[in-house]
Amino acid sequence: MAVNVDPIHQFELKPLVSLGHIGSQEIAFTQSALYMFAAVGVIALITIAATASRSVVPGRMQSLAEIFYEFIADTLHQATGDGGKKFMPLVFSLFMFVLILNLFGMIPYAFAVTSHLIITFGLAALVIGVVIGYGVMKHGSHFFGLFVPSGVPKPLLAILVPIEIISFVSRPISLSVRLFANVLAGHIAMKIFAFFVAALLSAGAWSVLSPLPLALTIALTALEFLVAALQAYVFATLTAIYLNDALHPGH
Amino acid sequence: MAQPNPLTHPSPNADTQLGAHTEHPAPHGAAFPPFETHTFLSQLIWLAIAFGLLYYLMDKIALPRIQAILHERSNRLSSDLDEAQRMKAEADTAGAAYEKSLSDAQAKARDIAQGTRNTLAAEAETKRKALEAELNQKLAASEATIRTRTTEAMGNVRGIAGETASAIVERLTGQAPDQTALDRALDRAVTAH
Repeated sequence: MAVNVDPIHQFELKPLVSLGHIGSQEIAFTQSALYMFAAVGVIALITIAATASRSVVPGRMQSLAEIFYEFIADTLHQATGDGGKKFMPLVFSLFMFVLILNLFGMIPYAFAVTSHLIITFGLAALVIGVVIGYGVMKHGSHFFGLFVPSGVPKPLLAILVPIEIISFVSRPISLSVRLFANVLAGHIAMKIFAFFVAALLSAGAWSVLSPLPLALTIALTALEFLVAALQAYVFATLTAIYLNDALHPGH
Repeated sequence: MAQPNPLTHPSPNADTQLGAHTEHPAPHGAAFPPFETHTFLSQLIWLAIAFGLLYYLMDKIALPRIQAILHERSNRLSSDLDEAQRMKAEADTAGAAYEKSLSDAQAKARDIAQGTRNTLAAEAETKRKALEAELNQKLAASEATIRTRTTEAMGNVRGIAGETASAIVERLTGQAPDQTALDRALDRAVTAH
């Protein structure tokens, strides 16, 4: 009973191969890294192996790859227009990576890589880094016009510019925390309700109540599948919207 | 989110373990794994490798290939549609040509029928006229014959009447009448008549 009660236990990193330390940091090939490479493998399977025949009339897996491609291409085009095409590999990779990792997390006993803030923050930082890097490279100092709303009287700018800067800086934080918190909270909730089922079953007469948390667990599982896909989509969409700022920094 | 372990055993040393230099990273779930900072560098390294690999695969292989497939398909579709359009136009012109030749043939057939009818009618007309002329001629000839026969017959009537009259006179008087008186009497009778 006491073994898996802890709903946090599932988020622990288990080093498979320890590679030593850098300062206080432990460098190890963990199950998290294994899952990430497995996700890369699955994505490659869907998008590369399944399209190897280059059929004009696609099979199921090739259709799946095409659907993902067109979905992300549409999303990107709506957010950024024609100029955003060069970011297609980035947005597509982010979407597929987050989606597959989220779905991996839904497999019983599997590990949810996206439940670790540092992973989601790493991805969000990559997005913001690309936005700033591309914006400055393409538009130079004009890029920072992003923080200066046009048509606003000078005295107001003193207030508005800091607000704009804060909202820009909070983007990677909100982007990463949104995904992390959704996955984390969902997995904790599922774990707790599933635990209630076991706890009630072993509590004598109370066991008649056990179908209630079971039903909730099932409902939550369905919800978490939705969240898994939705958060991947939200991540990709927000990435596209932020990239639009790099492409068209005019306010 | 600030309080890491809502349900587990309260761990007063959880905060000290955050970022602590412990060699055994929270084996009993005492700390909150996502906030164990000593794993961050390792995770970021593997994330960078995995995501970099993924980006490379997508950028160099997967996306160009899918794009090529979609492009090829839309090309194929549009060329097939064009081909269908062309063939439809061809069929339309063929249909129009067929209609035209049909109506031409009909008109020609009508002309031929009309012509044939006309020539036949003309022929019949001339035949009829020839026949009529012949008949009229025959009729006239017959009438002429009748007329000569009548006058002939009328001439004979005078002779017969003369003979009959002289015979009657001879029987009554016993003497043949004078030929001149008889002629005169016959002339009188004829004119009186």
